Amino acid sequence: MEAPPDKQGGGAVEPRIVTRQGDGSAVELTRSELRSELEEGTRAAAARARAPELAPDELDHLLDIFASRARFSAVDIGDEVVLSFDGSGTPQQGGRVDALVQYEQCLGADSCELYHIDYSYKAVKTIVGAEQQAMKEAQERVTIPVHYGAQPDLGRYSRPDGPCGNWSELLPAMRIDEARAAQEEAVELAVVDMVHVAGELYEAGADGVNFDTAAAAGDADFLATLLAVERLRARYPAMGIMVGMAAEIVLGTHGELEFRGTRLAGLKPEGQCRVVQEAGATIYGPAVNVNTSRTVAWNVARALTFMKPCMDVARIPVHANVGMGVGGVPMNAFSPVDAVSRCSRACVDILHVDGL
Amino acid sequence: MGSGDTFGMPIAHAVASGMNGLRAAGDLVARLEMAKGMRLTEAKRTVAEALGVSAADLSDPLVMHEVRGELRLGRIFEAETTHPHDPSPQEAKVTIRAMLGLG
Repeated sequence: MEAPPDKQGGGAVEPRIVTRQGDGSAVELTRSELRSELEEGTRAAAARARAPELAPDELDHLLDIFASRARFSAVDIGDEVVLSFDGSGTPQQGGRVDALVQYEQCLGADSCELYHIDYSYKAVKTIVGAEQQAMKEAQERVTIPVHYGAQPDLGRYSRPDGPCGNWSELLPAMRIDEARAAQEEAVELAVVDMVHVAGELYEAGADGVNFDTAAAAGDADFLATLLAVERLRARYPAMGIMVGMAAEIVLGTHGELEFRGTRLAGLKPEGQCRVVQEAGATIYGPAVNVNTSRTVAWNVARALTFMKPCMDVARIPVHANVGMGVGGVPMNAFSPVDAVSRCSRACVDILHVDGL
Repeated sequence: MGSGDTFGMPIAHAVASGMNGLRAAGDLVARLEMAKGMRLTEAKRTVAEALGVSAADLSDPLVMHEVRGELRLGRIFEAETTHPHDPSPQEAKVTIRAMLGLG
């Protein structure tokens, strides 16, 4: 048997810190490894977004946040922002309006959102009277702003769920012209529905309307949203309108659609913000999707790099999306608060957003 | 924010970064952002001026609980600190809209 190695050689071992993966699972990394994660995250986003990497002092600050052993992290006193919600409430809270009251009285919410579980403007169209009644009750019981929200969800207008051709099938079959025509037809139908539903809920007392996951079905989905916002702004000059995105890059499912001369395919948060505020929205919400195979630190650095350019062009409030699977928050329905709080603080400290 | 359980998402974000609505002045700032597209700094300044407090006071629950009571803007209550004579939500919102120029 050989003699054991000389234990007096070598350097000190870096302590390991509990942190999270993008799926919410716990891992242990050293401070140096966390630094590498942050640098790789911002580098990856900068290359993809053709945007500047985060500055060294910003990375230093993020490292302090992620290398902390604290169970929770928070912004400095005085730096608080307002929170908006894509749907407020869960079944455990009782009725939908009961949940909004609880958001106000017990959860410290700055605003809340009445929504239907089938979170689609096309679906709500058929029950808008019932939603109006619920909004009326909500306004009678809640003091904080009550918004109404749903998703444009353009895919619902394609067969078998809708009347238009199914571009998800037409595109792989290389029937490009038919796919584009189907999307253009769906856009017209979706705009009518969104304007109708949003208008009805606003007239029932909603303090604002929300178009959540805009561009989820690509550039046609985004165009439908922008056109709906434009028409609503013209009809209701005082309406509050929030547009929350689905992803950091608008997919070119159609590829040739434009809004007021700006091609929508490929737009990143900076370009998205420009067209959203041009259409007449009052709040823009960028979304950067999480890679569950990477750490939360990597994902946060990537998300901030993607979103940061839009802060320079924003004339309206920017509410970064930090729900499940976006903005660095783990893709897990029961996210650990150590990760959620770090993402929350990172967006406020680095981006100086107007809300979350 | 969107999906996620109540504790892990809205509560976590509210404690980490939120102005906390009716506990302080978060709902008032939120109204200006949504209704007028006003950025956070300007919205805080506008609300502070309307209330006669400093911007730093807007997220202080002790200060704002008193201010909201005096101005009848609605506030939270709990089992041993009730406010049965506070305005209804509808009444409070009429006052809020007039104060913030929201019509």
